Amino acid sequence: MAETLLTNPGASPAPAAGLRGFADDWSSDQRAFKNVSWGKAMMWIFLLSDTFIFSCFLLSYMTARMSTTVPWPNPSEVFALTIGGHHIPLILIAIMTFVLISSSGTMAMAVNFGYRRDRVKTAVLMLVTAALGATFVGMQAFEWTKLIMEGVRPWENPWGAAQFGSSFFMITGFHGTHVTFGVIFLIAIARKVWRGDFDVERRGFFTSRKGHYEIVEIMGLYWHFVDLVWVFIFAFFYLW
Amino acid sequence: MVDVPYDARADAPPAEVPEVELYHPRSWWTQYVFSQDAKVIAIQYSLTASAIGLVALVLSWLMRLQLGFPGTFSFIDASQYLQFITMHGMIMVIYLLTALFLGGFGNYLIPLMVGARDMVFPYVNMLSYWIYLLAVLVLASTFFVPGGPTGAGWTLYPPQAVLSGTPGQDWGIVLMLVSLILFIIGFTMGGLNYVVTVLQARTRGMTLMRMPLTVWGIFTATVMALLAFPALFVASVMMLFDRLLGTSFFMPALVEMGQQMKYGGGSPILFQHLFWFFGHPEVYIVALPAFGIVSDLISTHARKNIFGYRMMVWAIVGIGALSFVVWAHHMYVSGMHPKFGFFFATTTLIIAIPTAIKVYNWVLTLWRGDIHLTVPMLFALGFIITFVNGGLTGLFLGNVVVDVPLSDTMFVVAHFHMVMGVAPIMVVLGAIYHWYPKVTGRMLDDWMGKFHFWVTFLGAYLIFFPMHYIGLLGVPRRYHDIGEAAFIPSSTHTLNAFITVMALIVGFAQMVFLFNLVWSLFKGRPSGGNPWRATTLEWQTPETPPGHGNWGKELPVVYRWAYDYSVPGAAQDFIPQNQPRATPAVQGAAP
Repeated sequence: MAETLLTNPGASPAPAAGLRGFADDWSSDQRAFKNVSWGKAMMWIFLLSDTFIFSCFLLSYMTARMSTTVPWPNPSEVFALTIGGHHIPLILIAIMTFVLISSSGTMAMAVNFGYRRDRVKTAVLMLVTAALGATFVGMQAFEWTKLIMEGVRPWENPWGAAQFGSSFFMITGFHGTHVTFGVIFLIAIARKVWRGDFDVERRGFFTSRKGHYEIVEIMGLYWHFVDLVWVFIFAFFYLW
Repeated sequence: MVDVPYDARADAPPAEVPEVELYHPRSWWTQYVFSQDAKVIAIQYSLTASAIGLVALVLSWLMRLQLGFPGTFSFIDASQYLQFITMHGMIMVIYLLTALFLGGFGNYLIPLMVGARDMVFPYVNMLSYWIYLLAVLVLASTFFVPGGPTGAGWTLYPPQAVLSGTPGQDWGIVLMLVSLILFIIGFTMGGLNYVVTVLQARTRGMTLMRMPLTVWGIFTATVMALLAFPALFVASVMMLFDRLLGTSFFMPALVEMGQQMKYGGGSPILFQHLFWFFGHPEVYIVALPAFGIVSDLISTHARKNIFGYRMMVWAIVGIGALSFVVWAHHMYVSGMHPKFGFFFATTTLIIAIPTAIKVYNWVLTLWRGDIHLTVPMLFALGFIITFVNGGLTGLFLGNVVVDVPLSDTMFVVAHFHMVMGVAPIMVVLGAIYHWYPKVTGRMLDDWMGKFHFWVTFLGAYLIFFPMHYIGLLGVPRRYHDIGEAAFIPSSTHTLNAFITVMALIVGFAQMVFLFNLVWSLFKGRPSGGNPWRATTLEWQTPETPPGHGNWGKELPVVYRWAYDYSVPGAAQDFIPQNQPRATPAVQGAAP
């Protein structure tokens, strides 16, 4: 079947749906994912690899938490703030999560305007996303400072299993690094959008490849991934 | 047949991807040093990997000298012996074989074999090499830091890896972990390129099922590496924190030198799970490219199509998938629940099925073929023999009851050297003899090549075959000096001395090979573009060595699979993949 498609392009019918179409794509020449650019394919595969990294971190943390013989500190208590006399559990984390999820929304709007080649709106929305991301990292820095002031260290803490501090700093730190890199790239790409690099297909400084608005969507894939990972960290670390 | 006017090229599917403009080097630096050309990056990878591999080879001689003639070489003490073992293993598995197969052969062959002009993101590809080089330099620097390299064994098992009884506790282990983290970052950059190039940048007519098995092997191994290296990355980061910050991810409560250490509550077994979730796929990350390459060598030099191409592809993919669910067979003596042992023994034995399919198919490809005993073919045959040998002892070690008494004996050393040391190296060497003419335009010297093969093959057999017997006697591995023990007969020492002499002889043969590589570069017989009369695309380039962009003005169009050798009725005994059919293809014809 693939043979006829290959040798008679004129007669090739409209792409088949479902499994049939999947099989056709994978048995065709040139590209396995039709209409997916190299950059987008590369980002997806990178994210798959990165998923394994975060999974290993989270599984290791869960192993430590389940096998510990001393009590695990209660996250609701540890991550509580007293605001205006009220003791509210997990309030900072809730706000952080809200900020990061909101940034996914602005990122999605930026991608939309990018495809409409609306230079200004795209750039502004990307900068808003970057600002929300930076806010998230800032609040994380606040949270780290607070815990360190209370005596939490990677090797010990006042409330129980030492692995609490180790896992906390390692996992949120690794995720925070992802967010920070995202913010840097968001600003860099927003600058290019603003300057109109993608309208004139200006060549990149390092790669000397022509730039396209698609990079906004690729950036968006990364950003949504970082948000999604946070949801898992939120669920497994703070809510457990 | 010839007089049918039929333009196959016009009948091929239209190009889907517009041509991407290549980065054109503007100076000597960007052409040869900071090059974005996959072929230059491939050679950089290969030379760096070979250089650090030579260090590992010398380390193996030092270990063998100590084992063969204990007490004679006073400059090798017990700590150094452990350091040599660790560095030898780590370099050979990761910095030599993984880098050479994927970074070296992958970079050179993938774009040429699938008909692309370069990797999809040449700049990222270049970064990959430079980070790899940095990782190698960090690794090599451990020889010169206070305390020397780590002596924890290549598996780096905690808690001993970070305790003061292990050599290299100050700097060695830290730099080793940093180097591994760098290697993984660098590899990911390259690996993403290889995968996307195979999936999204093939030329017109090149379907996945027309790709040479070399590409299938490298591609599958790269996908596996992208999924397996994360576990090593995480384990390295966590152990680095244990060592530097005093966390207790892997460290249980310990008493050292009469002092209670500040560690407590960590799980050494967790490290073993993470390590082997990487470590077992790693075996196949090294083996699958070898499987692929050897299939092409056998088919080309036996002038016969590969037997069961589709089965070969599915076997590669199947082995790749299965290798992620067998990791705990390295941990039978770790105190794991026996039911897990049963599960992992079962999956381990199941993986023997696709592997056996591959071996049968290689042999059936040879069956009644027009076998040319060229140097690449000799190495391919050597591979089959050593691989079958190593695979059979794998069946021993895959079973829990047999593994437990054999665990940590020289039998294990003999097994994995046969199956993932000697066997893939045979393929590496055969592949170098096979593709050297394409890379340099000159043939390697045949006489020196045959000398190299026979000494290496017979020598490697004489090194590792007797080692099985030593292991069955119960001689443990990683011992600086086995000394006098009731269960070790004195003839074992004679055998050890013999093995050492053979190791030095095999090492000498590698020097002949290195001389051959340099000598042939200048004095070798000019090879022409396709000296082996092979079908795959890399032999059909307009220039040899291939120029920047590989294909001149127009990309090749592929009309057939990679194995049209000795086709009845054809003018030659091979038909290149880009040779059009004389008539429109008939529906349902073979690929």
